[in-house]
Amino acid sequence: MTAGVLVRGVSQRYGQAMALDDVSLEIAAGEYVVLLGPSGCGKTTLLNLIGGFAEPAAGAVLIGGRDMAGVAPKDRPTTTVFQDYALFPHMTLAENVGFGLRMRGAGKAERAARADEMLALVGLAGRGDRRPHELSGGQRQRVALARALAVSPDVLLLDEPLGALDLKLRRAMQDELKAIQRKVGTTFVHVTHDQEEAMAIADRIVVMQAGRIADMGPPREVYLRPKSLFSAGFMGEVNRIEVAGGRSALGPMAVADGVLCIRPEAISAGGALRLGRCVVRDMAFFGAYLRAHVVPEAAPGMVLVVHLPQGAEVAAGDVLDLGADAHVVL
Amino acid sequence: MRALSWLYMAVAYLFIFLPVAVLVAFSFQAGRLPVPPFQGFSLRWYEKVLGDRDLMAALGHSFLVAVVSSALALCLGFLAAHALARVRLPGSVLMRGLLIAPMTVSYLIIALGLLTVFGSLGIRLSLWTVGAGHVVINLPLCFAICYAAMGDQQRSAERAARDLGAAEWQVLAYVSAPMLAAPLAAAFFLSVTFSWDEFIIAFLLTRFDVTLPVEIWSMLRSGLSPATNAVGSLVFLVSVTLVVALEMLVFRRAK
Repeated sequence: MTAGVLVRGVSQRYGQAMALDDVSLEIAAGEYVVLLGPSGCGKTTLLNLIGGFAEPAAGAVLIGGRDMAGVAPKDRPTTTVFQDYALFPHMTLAENVGFGLRMRGAGKAERAARADEMLALVGLAGRGDRRPHELSGGQRQRVALARALAVSPDVLLLDEPLGALDLKLRRAMQDELKAIQRKVGTTFVHVTHDQEEAMAIADRIVVMQAGRIADMGPPREVYLRPKSLFSAGFMGEVNRIEVAGGRSALGPMAVADGVLCIRPEAISAGGALRLGRCVVRDMAFFGAYLRAHVVPEAAPGMVLVVHLPQGAEVAAGDVLDLGADAHVVL
Repeated sequence: MRALSWLYMAVAYLFIFLPVAVLVAFSFQAGRLPVPPFQGFSLRWYEKVLGDRDLMAALGHSFLVAVVSSALALCLGFLAAHALARVRLPGSVLMRGLLIAPMTVSYLIIALGLLTVFGSLGIRLSLWTVGAGHVVINLPLCFAICYAAMGDQQRSAERAARDLGAAEWQVLAYVSAPMLAAPLAAAFFLSVTFSWDEFIIAFLLTRFDVTLPVEIWSMLRSGLSPATNAVGSLVFLVSVTLVVALEMLVFRRAK
C-alpha cells in the first residue's frame, strides 16, 4: 500500500542538455514529497523516471527496495495523476476509476464498489455514471486522483496536478490532497513550480535547479535556512547584501563572508542585526502587511524590500531605523 | 444577381444529377429500351433483376469483398497510424509517404501490378485477389483518416492507460480504438463505398466469381436494357444509403 523510493545517482540527458545530473534522493514510505523548481529544472524528468516512462541513462531507481530497471509503467507499483488529467472521454467516471482494476482482472462488482468508494473519497459520491466532459476542471482532477488511487499504488506520482486550476481552486485542492494523502497513507511525489503550493502540502520539499537538487528539507527549513542562493530566491522574496571581511555596503556587518540573505518580513525596527537608517521610497498595502521599498542612507544605490506591520503609519520619504530578526549567509 | 446565382446552382446540380436521374427514371420503363419515349411505369425490370441468380450472386460477392477488404484496410491503417503517430523514427516521414503513395497511382496500374504479382506467384484469381486489390487502394485512405484524428489527448490517455496497468493490446482495444470510434467508422464506410463501386481492379483480378460492377459491365455488352438501369439504381441506392448513414451517424455526432 505504501513504499519508499530510492533514487541513486541518476543522470538523464536529452540531446546536449543534461536533464538530470547525478541526482540521489531518498523518499520514505508514506512521505509527501514535493519536487519544486522552474520549468526545465528536471523535476518532471525525475518523476517520469520513477513512473517508468523513461529509463535513466545512469543510476538506479528502487521502489520498496526493488530495482525498477527495465520495469514498464504498467508493472510498477506506481500510478500517475497527469497535468491534463488524461481521463478516458468515452467512459463514465466509474469506468474511468475502475479501469486499473479491470486491467488487473477484477470482476464487475468489485470494480463498481471500488469506484464508488474512491469517488466518495474525492467528494464525487454518486456521480459515477457521468462522463468526463460534464465535469469542471477541478472535478476532473479529482476523478484523475480517484482513478490513480483505485489500484492502491505504493507510490502516487502527481505531475503539476493543480497547474490548470484557478488560484482559489488550487488552494482548496491543496488542502484536500494533503488530507487524502493522510487518509490513504500512500507515498506521494508531487511536481510543481508553485512554492506556496509546495509549502502548503509537503512534508519535505526538494528544490531542483538545472538537473540537480539545490536544497531539500521540510518547508520551514527550506524557507528559513536555505542551503543555496537559488533555493533562497525560489522559495520567496529575499534581500541580498554582499559581505566581505566583515564589511558591506551598509557598513560593518558582524556576519561571515558571503551573501547575506534577509526575507522582507524579517526586517523590523527592533531587529538585532542593524541595517541602519533607511528612507522609504514607496509603499503599497497588501492586506496582511505593508510592502515597502526602502533605500539605506549608507548605500543610496541599494533598494531593500521590507514587509511592515499592517497598522504601521509610514509614508514615502519617512526615515526608519531598521534591523533584521533572522538572516542566513550563503 | 441573386436570381443568377440560384440559376447557377440549379444548372450545376442539374449537370451532376441529370445522368443519375435519367438512369433511375428509365429503370421504370415499361418498354424494352431505356431510351425516350417513356412508355409507362413498370417494376418488371426490378423483378427480373432481383430474380437473376448471377446478378444476386455478384451483389453478394460485392458486399463480401467490400466489408472484408474494408475491415482489413481499416485494421492495417489504424495500426500503422497509431504507431507512426506515437513513435518518432528517423524514417517516419518516408514511411508515411510510402503508405499514402498508392493514392497517387491509378487503379489500372495497381491492378496490372497485382495481376503480374499474382500470376508469377501462381495465385489463382478469385474474390480474394480483388479483396487484396481493394485493401491496397483503401489502406492509404484509412491510414490518412486515422493518422489525422490522433492528437495529444489520445496520446496522454494511452499513457494513462499504460500507467494503470494496461498491456499494449488492451490500450488499443479499450482506449485508442473507442476514442477514435467516429473517424474509424468514417474510414470504414468510405472504404466500403469505394470498394462497392470499384470496377477496374475487380474486372482484372476476377475470373469466375465476379463483383457487381463487373457483372453490370457484361450485361452492358449484350446491349442496352432497362434491367441495367435497375441494377445501376440499386447500386446507387446502396452507395447513397452508406453516405447518408455516415453523415448521420458519424459526422453529426462528432460535432
